[in-house]
Amino acid sequence: MSEFFSMGGYGSYIWASYGIAAISLIVLLITTLRGLGQSRTELDQLETVLKSRRPRRVRPKDQTS
Amino acid sequence: MHRFAKPSVFLKLTGAMMPWMVTLTVILTVVGLYLALFASPVDYQQGSTVRIMYIHVPAAWMGLFCYIGMAACGAMSLIWKHPLADICARATAPIGATFTALTLISGSLWGEPMWGTWWVWDARLTSMLILLFLYLGYIALVNAFDDPERGSKAGSALALVGAINVPIVKFSVDWWNTLHQPASVARMDGPSIDPSMLAPLLIMAFAFTGYYFIVLVLRVRLELNQRRIRALQLSGVFDDRAPTSGDDSNLAYDQGHNAGAGK
Repeated sequence: MSEFFSMGGYGSYIWASYGIAAISLIVLLITTLRGLGQSRTELDQLETVLKSRRPRRVRPKDQTS
Repeated sequence: MHRFAKPSVFLKLTGAMMPWMVTLTVILTVVGLYLALFASPVDYQQGSTVRIMYIHVPAAWMGLFCYIGMAACGAMSLIWKHPLADICARATAPIGATFTALTLISGSLWGEPMWGTWWVWDARLTSMLILLFLYLGYIALVNAFDDPERGSKAGSALALVGAINVPIVKFSVDWWNTLHQPASVARMDGPSIDPSMLAPLLIMAFAFTGYYFIVLVLRVRLELNQRRIRALQLSGVFDDRAPTSGDDSNLAYDQGHNAGAGK
């Protein structure tokens, strides 16, 4: 088994390239998924606000903050 | 063609394809890694370091493939002004940049034991570095404008001009004397590489391609959501608090403008 990991003495180079590839591809995927989740939440919030506001637009003077 | 390029159709189609794409990509990755790390032979000259090839070469192909896709989308965005083309180009850029960076890093890790150096300024390596800078330049440029349309015009122009670098990368090993080995798969007289090494190489390449399409679809959705958010915020629907006249209008504008910033 340790023979497999040492890869004929080049283990560090080989595992480093596979490891860096795996990490960067996974990080890109996760940041994309998180961004997508955040954008969905934000969009949902905006759309709920939009829905709740629509009837009030008839009397905009009522809405002073 | 335009009928399929509608965002709603795109979302529907890709939504149905997504589970299949993920399954296929996972299978390809597992099989590819098994072949690359266990079942493929060591090289008679390079020993085990040849296993770096199964990351390095597919990543390099993807770097070029993504760039061609990005430039083609850029062209479509300039010619037909179709928003989905621009969105695809924007979504491709970070994926292509990642693959290009991986090519350079894995190449360094391969060069150090085999060539005795992490880096040489030869044609193949330098043109690949330029490819990475083109990606980074594109990403910086499209995000540098407040108006996405202007950003996309500038970015598409950069992507198209930079496309000249793609054949330079491909043929750099033939045109110049270089430390990098010449092509052994995409050759006029067929691959010169043994099938036992070609198989993991191609399977890893397909796995990377699957990954690209999955992340592309996700990033296109992200970009569509962001555009919708922007459109809603700019539409003025949220400004109905604003008085119709008077000095308070600036205050109301600020409130409306910053409404989404805190989230």
